[in-house]
Order: sequence, then structure tokens, then C-alpha cells
Amino acid sequence: MTVLERPRRATRGVGVSAPRPDGVPKVRGQFQFSSDLFAEGMLWGHVLRSPHPSARIRRLDVGPAWAIDGVRAVLTAADVPGAPTYGLEIPDQPVLAADVVRYMGEPVVAVAADHPETARRAAAAVLVDYEPLDPLVDPEDAISAPPIHPDGNVFRHLRIEHGDPEARGEVVVEGTYEVGMQDQAFMGPESGLAVPAEDGGVDLYIATQWLHVDRDQVARCLGLPLEKVRLHLAGVGGAFGAREDVSIQVHLCLLALATGRPVKMVLSREDSFFSHVHRHPARIWLRHQADRQGRLVRVDARVLLDGGAYASSSTAVISNATAFATGPYRVPNATVDGWVVRTNNPPCGAMRGFGAVQACFAYEAQMDKLAAALGMDPVQLRLANALRHGDTLITGQRIEGSAPVAQVIEAAAGAPLPAVGPEALPDVALPGGAGRTATRSRVRRGVGFAVGYKNLMYSEGFDDASEARVRLELAEDGPLATVTCAAAEVGQGFVTLARQICEEELGVERVVLAPPSTARIGSAGSTSASRQTWMSGGAVAEACRAVAGRLLERAARRLGTDPGRLVLAEGAVQALEGADALSVAELLAEGPLEETVTFHHRQTEPLDERGQGDAHVAFAFAAHRAVVDVDLDLGLVKVVQIATAQDVGRVLNPLQVLGQIEGGIAQGVGLAVMEEIVLDQGRVRNPSFTDYLIPTALDMPDVAVAALVEEPEPGAPFGAKGVGEPPTISSTPAVVAAIRAATGLPLTRVPVRPADIALATPGDPRP
Amino acid sequence: MRYELVVNGTPREVDSSWLGESLLYVLRERLGLPGSKNACEQGECGSCSVLLDGRLVCACLVLAASAVGAEITTVEGLGGEGPEDLDPIQRAFVEAGAVQCGFCTPGLVVAVHDLLRRVPQPSEWEIREAISGNLCRCTGYGRILDAVQRAARAFAEQAVTR
Repeated sequence: MTVLERPRRATRGVGVSAPRPDGVPKVRGQFQFSSDLFAEGMLWGHVLRSPHPSARIRRLDVGPAWAIDGVRAVLTAADVPGAPTYGLEIPDQPVLAADVVRYMGEPVVAVAADHPETARRAAAAVLVDYEPLDPLVDPEDAISAPPIHPDGNVFRHLRIEHGDPEARGEVVVEGTYEVGMQDQAFMGPESGLAVPAEDGGVDLYIATQWLHVDRDQVARCLGLPLEKVRLHLAGVGGAFGAREDVSIQVHLCLLALATGRPVKMVLSREDSFFSHVHRHPARIWLRHQADRQGRLVRVDARVLLDGGAYASSSTAVISNATAFATGPYRVPNATVDGWVVRTNNPPCGAMRGFGAVQACFAYEAQMDKLAAALGMDPVQLRLANALRHGDTLITGQRIEGSAPVAQVIEAAAGAPLPAVGPEALPDVALPGGAGRTATRSRVRRGVGFAVGYKNLMYSEGFDDASEARVRLELAEDGPLATVTCAAAEVGQGFVTLARQICEEELGVERVVLAPPSTARIGSAGSTSASRQTWMSGGAVAEACRAVAGRLLERAARRLGTDPGRLVLAEGAVQALEGADALSVAELLAEGPLEETVTFHHRQTEPLDERGQGDAHVAFAFAAHRAVVDVDLDLGLVKVVQIATAQDVGRVLNPLQVLGQIEGGIAQGVGLAVMEEIVLDQGRVRNPSFTDYLIPTALDMPDVAVAALVEEPEPGAPFGAKGVGEPPTISSTPAVVAAIRAATGLPLTRVPVRPADIALATPGDPRP
Repeated sequence: MRYELVVNGTPREVDSSWLGESLLYVLRERLGLPGSKNACEQGECGSCSVLLDGRLVCACLVLAASAVGAEITTVEGLGGEGPEDLDPIQRAFVEAGAVQCGFCTPGLVVAVHDLLRRVPQPSEWEIREAISGNLCRCTGYGRILDAVQRAARAFAEQAVTR
């Protein structure tokens, strides 16, 4: 028998602000990102991209590239040995364009050379004779225009019919809203290293959100069996949806296999803008009908998303934008049509909030409009219609889990307002910041409110399972747990959480994570849809429990008792009754224990032809109240404060939850007042951080977290909901509502640009 | 061409380099110091921040060959030798939760060094302005502001102890 030391529970396990295990190497500059990789004798890759949004390739001459000293490979579409196209859901996107290009930035030629500058020069030397075509750039035109791709121009049309089509309300408001194209703008550009292997396959070290689905697409294009294409996660410098699709993966592998040498590629920021998908621009028409008391009676909506040139995850994004078009409210009757279409604009796909962001900007503007028409307080109107547990959504799905919508609304609305008004702030805190030159007498403050929600995990019958393996062994200095899981750490903190879960479940102090790789374990699903805490966290927890069960069996044999009479607690297996105990270390002296489990969420079902079905696993809600200062003459906006409350199920790491909330709000604020990929006839005008602006420390408001509402979600490991996306959803409409309050302008489009305020026509209708 | 750079107090030979290479490229690809990061390579994001003779610069905008004779300090030159031997700024970033993906972190650590050397007890707005040239996409800066304030306090306590 062993006398046990009490583990330090206050700093370990689930629920504490455990520090990141990769924090120390990251602050020292020693963490290896995908752009930091190096291999002896490696070459540098570069991709030549189309300068046209739509063109026919008449002739392509790679001779001049080969003429440059140090060039080792120049590859075109003819050099792709396997499938010529790839795609997350529909393989419609060429690895390298063959005869036509459908968006500005489409890859045409891949080059490898001794030096990155040589590779760039070689790519520039390739002669491509383009016949430019009129680009199809208006998504409304796309529905009926001649197809610009063999698959046609409509990726998906979805219709939701719910309730009584004849139902009418006395108070009617309608509006049309637009959302511009947002970029994820992660800091670490696309990069990776492909190393040819002796078995004729290839090892790719890459920053991605989903190793296995990248692997499947890469192998298909290379014409190699899956086991010969091994993807290993390299350090990821942020993702936010932009790394869910394949970008440079196939090009890198092709170049490595063609040259027989390791090939590294690191994109410039400009190429990064061209090589990943963006948030779908949206046009949304909504008509709300309510009774005189403010109860919603009916909502009609038409949602149109611009999917750009290729499918990516468009069919899933439109599903969200359509299903969530009426917001976190009880809507007994609704008709919603959603379309996502192909154009010659840059391809759009996943970005944090995934369809729910666009919808929320529109329905929350409508709720304010309805409140004004009813003469009701906007917060009270939201409370009167707020969804709760047991309610039915417009897709006919009953909410079986927690839905503390009223709680998040009340908490965010009740947060203290900023103590200081614009008259007393330093110049640098006013609209325009450090560069401000105007008088403060024209600065007006406004307050706005919004609430939003979205689904957690994949929907419509998709089984996005996660596999994890936990090995528990006796190392020199005590028990050691090793977690193997392919979940991509992209900054969100899964690596912290996986350790906390092992500490919680096994009582171990030492936990290490094996490097994620397709060669080690099955898919963990994507790091997206606010799903890894639930899915891979769940897989790790179940694998731990399976190992714990084996420990109990071992102990039961030794103690001559039944495993059911034993518990694992505080580093030892103890009898429920009596003093018998065996330390984990003693039990592991027999040998290591290892268990691999696959964790599935509750099965969902596809939507039927009327858009009805139990399509979503669970939902998360958040509310935001924004305070802004607006310079009426300059049209500049300073977001002063965002107060928020969020439905989190249960807090597993308070510091990481706060980090997700603040970071998500930053992206929501960015979409509200500054972030847009500016397009001119399909051409991107601002592919740089000089011209595509993301919030700086001076732009970022104070974030006041009024409440983290903890109503444990049934079926979720530890009752926790994913927390990454809700902060990005309703922060944008809250900011715009505040600008409307300050200016009296309708502002139906985001981002709100200075000209939308400063140059607004005086006769503009009021909201 | 061939020249010598003094990086983190150590003379380093740079051989067969193309004249057009930035200091960032030479640090990362020729001297094995990839701590300085490459988020924009046009001086907008601050992820490649280094100190050049004590002045905060974007290494991507400095031609490596023009840095001959200067004292170059990179993130690798801060902190001590041991694996957990962090300086107060690095420690504050870890403890405050200021690190998520971490791509902006090395540049911020260097920029905060520059700030706290000039202004040991900065106000919130002085911090915001000083780090406004360092873009972060993950954190929304809240925990970074907290980290800078913690680091300033830690330096003040060190000074008192001394």
C-alpha cells in the first residue's frame, strides 16, 4: 500500500486556467511554424497565378522559366498525374488551370528552384497567352447566366417552409442587407514542406485545419494510395476557416515528387489573399411580421451568397445562412430561400461563424427596425421572442439542449456602460486614433444591441467523428499519459485542453501530445464549427476512461475484488469501502495501457425538400452590446466597448474562453467597420495588410464579459459547448446598430465605410 | 556576397547571399533564427520586429547587407539560456494568456521590450499605441495588454528588489 500525495487540484484538470503547453516556445521564438521548416537540400516552390478573373488560356510556354539558372521543376496541368481537380465537398477546382481560369489568383504553373527569388522570377518568365473574357461577377446574374463551369452556376438552392403560409402579422418591416467579402487574415501565411519518400510516396508537413481530408484530396490528385501520402501538422499561425480547403498542398507534393527533393513553399501575403477562400459576400432580403405585442408571427427571407469560382464548403455555408436566417427567436411561420452561386469572384468558403454571421447582420437589423415600428425597446422585443429549451426552430427541429437566450440578452444589456464619454477621452482614443486631426465636438456616441447563434459540429447527417488514443505508462519520474489525436491546434488551445482532460480523468501530472499526423491515427475531423472541444475533447476523455477502466481491472485482480467496487482518484485506485489502495504507478509497473476510441456526436439527419429535419447537433448563443463614438464629419468610427454574455455550457479553461471571446469580437468589429476584400469586376484591389485593414490594438474596444452562462449541454463532454464562433456572430450587428443610433443612418451594409457616414445623403430614410 | 552580422551579441558569417535578401530572410533562412516571423513582409504587421542598434525595426524592410556593423537583437536573444528561462515580458505573455497561435508573439515581445525600456510604466493608451504596429488576429489584444501591464509591474518590482 502506498501513501499518496494529494495532487494540486487547483491548478490542474478541467475548469482551471491552465497555461498553454506551447506558450514558452512561442514567446521564445522557438515554436516551429510551417514557414520555419528546413530540410537539407530543399528547394523553394512558387505558384504562378492568373491575373484575370476570367480568361481562356490560348497558349502556355514554360521554356523561358526553364532557361533560368537554378530552376528544377516547372509544372502545368498536364503534369498532374491523378485527378485534375479537388474540393472539400465537390471536386470542381483544378490543381492547375488547363484551358480556362475562373478567378484572379487561380494557380496556373508551379515552379521549384534553388532560391525563393529564383522561383518567383521563373514563374514570372512563363509565357501565358490569355484571352480575357467578361467575368461573371454579380451573384444575382449568375443564377440565370450561361454556366462558367461544367457543374453549372448554382451550388445549392435550399428552401425552408415552416408553419402556416397564410399567417400574417399586423406590423410589417422589410429590408435588404449586404455583407462584404471578409478575409480570415491569419498571421502565418500558407506554407509547408513536402519531402519525397523512399516508397514513392510523400510526407507533407503543413499548416491545416484537417489533416485527413487534405490527405484524401492530395492523394487523389497525385494518383497515389492514401498510405503513401502522409500529412503531418506543422505549426499553424491561425486559421479561422481559411485552412479548411486545400491551397498549396498538392503543388508542394507535385514539386517534391517531380524533383525528388524536399520542397518548401511560403506564400507572400499577397499570394495568401489569393490562395484561400474568404467569407461569402451576402445579399439578404427579410420581411418580418409581428403582432401589436411584438410577438413574431412570420418571417420571409431570401438569402443569396456569392460562392465565387469554386464550390469549397458553399453548400454547407448556405445551409447555415438559410436555417439561421430568422435568428434565435420563436418564429412560428417562415419561408426562407437560400442560394449560393458560382461567379468569377474569388472562391468563398469557411470563416468563423460560417453563414450565421451574414444572417445575423440582417435579422438583427430587422429586429431593431421592428422595435422602432412597434415603439418597443429593442432589448425587450428580443426577450419577448427569445428561443428557449424545448422550442421549435424553423427547420422543425426541437431544441433539446440548453438555450439560455434570455439570460445572455439580459446579462449583456445590463452590463455597466463606459464611465467616460468622448469629451473626456484622450485624442488617441477618439475616431481616427493616433492620426486624428478633427474637432471632438462632432463626435457622437451610440449604443447598439444584438444577439445571435449557430450550430456546433457538422450538420445534416454528417458524422464528423474524432479518434484519439491515450497511452498511460510508467516513465522514470512517474505515470505519463501520451495523447495521440489528429486534431489541428491552430491557436485555439486544444493542446491545453487535452492535457487538462487527461489530468481530470486519470489524475496524472505528466501529459504529452504526440505530433498530429495521418500516419499515426484516424481523422479527428476539422478544427472548425466550434467542434474540437466537444469532439476531440470527447474522444480524449473516452480514451482516458477506457484506460482508467483497464487500470481498475488490474487493481481488482490484485486486490481480489470487483472493478465496480473501485475508483480512480487522486493518482490511485481506491476501494469504495475500506482502505485498500494501489497507486497508478504501482499498477503501471505491469506494463503500459493504451486505448483508442472514436467519438461520435448524436446522429443528425438531412433537411427534406421543405427544409425540415433534425439537422443540427446543438446550438450556442451569445449577445453583444456595442458602444461606439462616431465622427459625423469624417465618418470614422471608434468602437469603445463591447459588453457580452455567452452561452458556454461549462467553462473548461476560463482564460482560453476569454481569449476566444475577445479574439472573436475583434473579427466581428473588423467586419463591422473596416474589413473587406474590395472587388472591381472580379479583381481584388487590396490584397495586402496595407489596404486590407484588420483591427489594431488601437481599434480594439474594451471587452466586458458580463456573464458566461453555464447550463451544461446534455451529450457534450463535461457539458461544454464550443466557444469560438458565437463572439464573431452578433458583435458585428451590435456595432452597426450603435453606429445607426449615433448617426440616424440606415446603414444596411457591412463593413460601414467612412463614406457611408460622411457622404450619406441628407434625405436618407431613417432606420 | 559575403558579410558578417552581429546577432544577439555573436558575430555571424553570411555566405553566398544574394544582395537583395532582407534581414528577415537572412535571419530565418541563413542564420537559423526563425523566431522573427514573416506575416506580411512589407512592414505592416510587426511580426518580424527586431532591435537594430536598439531601434525597433521591421526586419523585412531592412536589407541584410545594410545591417553590417549594427547590433541586431532578435527574440532569440531575449530571455536566458535554459529552456524555461524567460524574461519578465515573455513570462507575462505566457501567464496572461496573451499567446494563442503565437505567430505575432515574437514580434510583440520585441516591441514591448522597446516600449518598456523607453516608458517603464506606460498607460493603457501608451501601450495600445506602442503595439498598434503589431497585428494579432487571434487574441483581440485584451490579454496582450494585460501581459504588458504585468511585465511593467514585474520590472518595477525587480528594480525595487535591486
